[in-house]
Amino acid sequence: MSTTALAGSVLASVSTQEGFHAPGPADFEFPPIFTIGAFEFTKPMLVIVLGTLFIGGLFYAVSRNFALVPGKLQFAAESGYNFVRNGIVPDTIGREGYRFVPYLATLFFFLAVMNVSGIIPILQFPATSRIAIPLFLAIISWVIFNYVGIRRQGFGGYFKNMMFPPGVPKAIYPLLAPLEFLSTVIIRPFTLTLRLTMNMFAGHLVLLLTILGGEYLLFEMQGVVGFAAGSMSILFGIVLTFFEGFIQLLQAYVFTLLSAIYIGGALTHEH
Amino acid sequence: MEGSLNMVGIGLAAIGPGVGIGLIFAAYINGVARQPEARSVLQGIAILGFALAEAMFVIGIGLAFALGG
Repeated sequence: MSTTALAGSVLASVSTQEGFHAPGPADFEFPPIFTIGAFEFTKPMLVIVLGTLFIGGLFYAVSRNFALVPGKLQFAAESGYNFVRNGIVPDTIGREGYRFVPYLATLFFFLAVMNVSGIIPILQFPATSRIAIPLFLAIISWVIFNYVGIRRQGFGGYFKNMMFPPGVPKAIYPLLAPLEFLSTVIIRPFTLTLRLTMNMFAGHLVLLLTILGGEYLLFEMQGVVGFAAGSMSILFGIVLTFFEGFIQLLQAYVFTLLSAIYIGGALTHEH
Repeated sequence: MEGSLNMVGIGLAAIGPGVGIGLIFAAYINGVARQPEARSVLQGIAILGFALAEAMFVIGIGLAFALGG
C-alpha cells in the first residue's frame, strides 16, 4: 500500500528519464506545500507538526483522568514513561536524576515519534534525518550537562575534574587534558547529532533504494529478470522497513541514554 | 570501473565497527552464558556499546553521500 503510493508519486519522474533515478541527498529536499511570504512549509515541517500534536494529544488524553487501575492507553503511556524514569535514569544518574526525567522523557518520546515517522505510510519521512532537530537537541543536552556540572563543582572545579582526573600518573596530564576537554566539551554534541542524523539518513536512503529500485525493476524493465529482481527488491524493502523501525527506536533510546549518562557524569564527577 | 572514492571510503569505514560490534556482542553472549540472570542488565550495556560503535560507520555513510558521492 505504501509502496504503491510512493511509487505512484515518483512514477512520473522515473518514466520520463532514461534509466533509474538513483536516490541521493537531493531526495531529502522537498518542494513547499504552501508558502506564506518567505516562509515555506515543507513535508519535514508537516511531519514535525503532526508528530508533536500526536504526542501532546496522547499524553493529554491519558492525563485527563488518571485511574488507579489503568486502562490500556494509560498503561501504554505509563509503560513508556516508566521506561525512562525507572529504566534509564536510576542506572545512569542515580537518585538526584529524577528532576531530569521530564526533559529525558520528552526527548525520548519526541525522538521516537520523529524517527518512526520514517516508516509510517503516507508520511514516510524521518524528520530527524535533516540535521536541524538532532543538532538542537544535542545542543540542549550539551548545555544541560555542562551547566549542571559547573553548578555542582564550580567553574574551575568542573574543568579540573574533567581534564586532570585524580589517580592518573602526572606525566600523561599534558596528553590527557586536551584530549579529555576535546572529547567532553567539543566532540560529544557532534557525535550525538551525527549518530542520530546519519542513522536516519542512511536508513531512509536504503528504503528509498530498495523500494524505488524494486518498482523500477518490476515495471520499467521487461522480462523475467526485471520481475524476479524487482520482487526480491521489494520483499527486501519490506524486511528492511521492520529493521529500520527497530533501529529508529534504538537510536531514540541511545540518544536519551547518552544524554542521561553525560548528565550523570557531570553530577558525580567529584572525587 | 566506475564509482567514487567515497564508496571505497564507506567500505573501509565498515571494518572497524564490524570488528567492534562483533567483540561487544561476543562479550554479551559470554556474560549471559555464564550468568543468565544478568541478561537484562547486560542488554542495556550491549545496546549502548553497539550504538557507539555503529556511529562511526553511519557517520561515514552520511558524509560519503553528503559530500558529493
